[in-house]
Amino acid sequence: MSSTVSGKVNKEPVAVVGIGQTKHVAARKDVSLAGLVREAAKRALDDAQLTWADIDAVVIGKAPDFFEGVMMPELYLADALGAVGKPMLRVHTAGSVGGSTTLVASNLVASRVHKTVLTLAFEKQSESNAMWGLSLPVPFQQPLLAGAGGFFAPHVRAYMRRTGAPDHIGSLVAYKDRRNALKNPYAHLHEKDITLEKVQSSPMLWDPVRYSETCPSSDGACAMILTDRAGAARSPHPPAWMHGGAMRSEPTMFAGKDSVSPQAGKDCAADVYRQAGIKDPRREIDAVEMYVPFSWYEPMWLENLGFAAEGEGWKLTESGVTELDGDLPVNASGGVLSTNPIGASGMIRFAEAALQVRGQAGEHQVEGARKALGHAYGGGSQFFAMWLVGSEPPTS
Amino acid sequence: MREVAIVAFAQSDHVRTSDEQSEVEMVMPVLHQVLEQTGLKTSDIGFTCSGSSDYLAGRAFSFTMTLDGVGAWPPISESHVEMDGAWAMYEAWVKLLTGEVDTALVYSYGKSSPGSVRDVLTRQLDPYYVAPLWPDAVALAALQAQALIDAGETDEPALAGIAARSRESASTNSHAQLTGSVPQGDYLVQPLRKGDCPPVSDGAVAVILAAGDKARELCERPAWIRGMDHRIEAHSLGVRDLTDSPSTRLAAERAGVFERPVDTAELHAPFTSQEVVLRKALGLGDDVTLNPSGGALAANPVMAAGLLRIGEAAARIHRGESDRAVAHATSGPCLQQNLVAVLEGEAR
Repeated sequence: MSSTVSGKVNKEPVAVVGIGQTKHVAARKDVSLAGLVREAAKRALDDAQLTWADIDAVVIGKAPDFFEGVMMPELYLADALGAVGKPMLRVHTAGSVGGSTTLVASNLVASRVHKTVLTLAFEKQSESNAMWGLSLPVPFQQPLLAGAGGFFAPHVRAYMRRTGAPDHIGSLVAYKDRRNALKNPYAHLHEKDITLEKVQSSPMLWDPVRYSETCPSSDGACAMILTDRAGAARSPHPPAWMHGGAMRSEPTMFAGKDSVSPQAGKDCAADVYRQAGIKDPRREIDAVEMYVPFSWYEPMWLENLGFAAEGEGWKLTESGVTELDGDLPVNASGGVLSTNPIGASGMIRFAEAALQVRGQAGEHQVEGARKALGHAYGGGSQFFAMWLVGSEPPTS
Repeated sequence: MREVAIVAFAQSDHVRTSDEQSEVEMVMPVLHQVLEQTGLKTSDIGFTCSGSSDYLAGRAFSFTMTLDGVGAWPPISESHVEMDGAWAMYEAWVKLLTGEVDTALVYSYGKSSPGSVRDVLTRQLDPYYVAPLWPDAVALAALQAQALIDAGETDEPALAGIAARSRESASTNSHAQLTGSVPQGDYLVQPLRKGDCPPVSDGAVAVILAAGDKARELCERPAWIRGMDHRIEAHSLGVRDLTDSPSTRLAAERAGVFERPVDTAELHAPFTSQEVVLRKALGLGDDVTLNPSGGALAANPVMAAGLLRIGEAAARIHRGESDRAVAHATSGPCLQQNLVAVLEGEAR
């Protein structure tokens, strides 16, 4: 029996060599759940020029099972994802699940338990009703009133009051993201005639959140192939390299929680920057894929993630810094505001960050992007998952 | 591979109903106990992972509330699998293998009592072709049992013997729900009688993992995880040989079960007939102490029963009653997905 120390282990570098998405739409009536996930997985395999036989393990994630009415759907999906005879893990961390799923998969490679892993996240919201799925009444617990918008709107109000942000900031974000989505062939909403006036005159849903400042309900899936250094060397296209990744959680409801800028989000970002050697995120990061389901969360997360000082996030947004041609493009893909298959949304952020540093984002490519952040959150701003990817392998 | 061990294990008493308790109230004492065993506090833990099911809780995001039981402030590094806690432990084990953390807290829980667990589990099935027919878990297990009898692998008296042995073993387990001599009862679904099927249980379980010297520091005789692997099979029962479990065999091979004999096996077999399948797949002889805790036939808190098997095997190593044990967890209809872990104590 060998003696060991609990000291540092030399981790295997993790590379993204395949990315696949479905065209996200309100209802994919032409495919089953299995057909949907297989489409994204096959595209990721094709991107990596690999076959099902090259995959050692599958890690799958989605948001609550109630959204499709299938309990632990990974059991039924094992066949469709080529997982038979392989290990298959199912992650569920609420809205952050797409990010967490990716990180769990990355650990399988980093620990050298497996060489090449398929990770996938999906949601087929058309199979049921997300509002109902989130609003099952439970005795003695606070109901999540009228879905997620009703929960988050008061926190947006708190942000506005705290920072003095003017009313129009949220509309600017929605107008930007919906325009970016026009450049992304996979995005759900393609509003070709979008104008700022249209956003601003859309109905008020949960004051101050307007209809056009709200994410859609989408069917869709996203898949990635993660592999080790040897796998990356065989990649037909430039890989994206993982430089850091972290998850953090805190309780949804307790007296000391700052719902505007949760500590778990700050800690999570700080851990990722430490791993990636990032000292000044505002200067060193070239593109951000941020989980913004309601437009006001862009300025809020800009502060939470350390891109702006407290109270200054809305000024970055207002000055155009986060536009596709700005100094720090946020959600070049159109973001969650344009595409929201809930369980997949976090993974789409991670995958879009990887697409940027691989130089494969097509029309919504951020020129010269070398380092990109993927961000996801879930629950009542309870769970956070983030990763930082680069065009070059990590040096340490 | 980095050495990682289970250094502490705690469980609730498993009961038929727990109407008076929320999930948080059920989980908290178990978390406190497992932390107390090591002297660690939540803030000392490097990574936390849990397993549970929204469908059992009857609400979306049910685990977001249970996290309150951990005391997740200041914020913690945490994750969750919508699976049995055995897979949460697998995720935590992999995290420890990366070297990023030295300790992990893993817990899972299930309240089967509020609904009909037989009906609830039908929602796991292929949603388009099978689930609309509502074939329940007992009916599916009965298909498997009949296939075994038809193949000459077992018979009804042998199955009754497994039930009697399990409940007899449970007599020494103060947390078990069904203990001692319990009549086999009438058929639930032929050929399975009541005694061949698990009780409906509510319960919770937690373990703490630690790496290398940290494990030695926290536990007198750590249960070292020598290997752990899990495999899934096709979902459709029509394409599987229900008398065999190739996924268990493959996971066991990868985990290193067959390298040297084991003295103890804790198998997650909710139905007597499934023990027959697992015993064959793992090549266990009569000299192996099988389910000394009583297994899932004595208490079956869904989503916790698999991690319970691992915890029970580890506890036997902690107590010096075992030197090398195999622990197993299952998920899905008729043993679709299986996890196998090999645990060892250092030579005495």
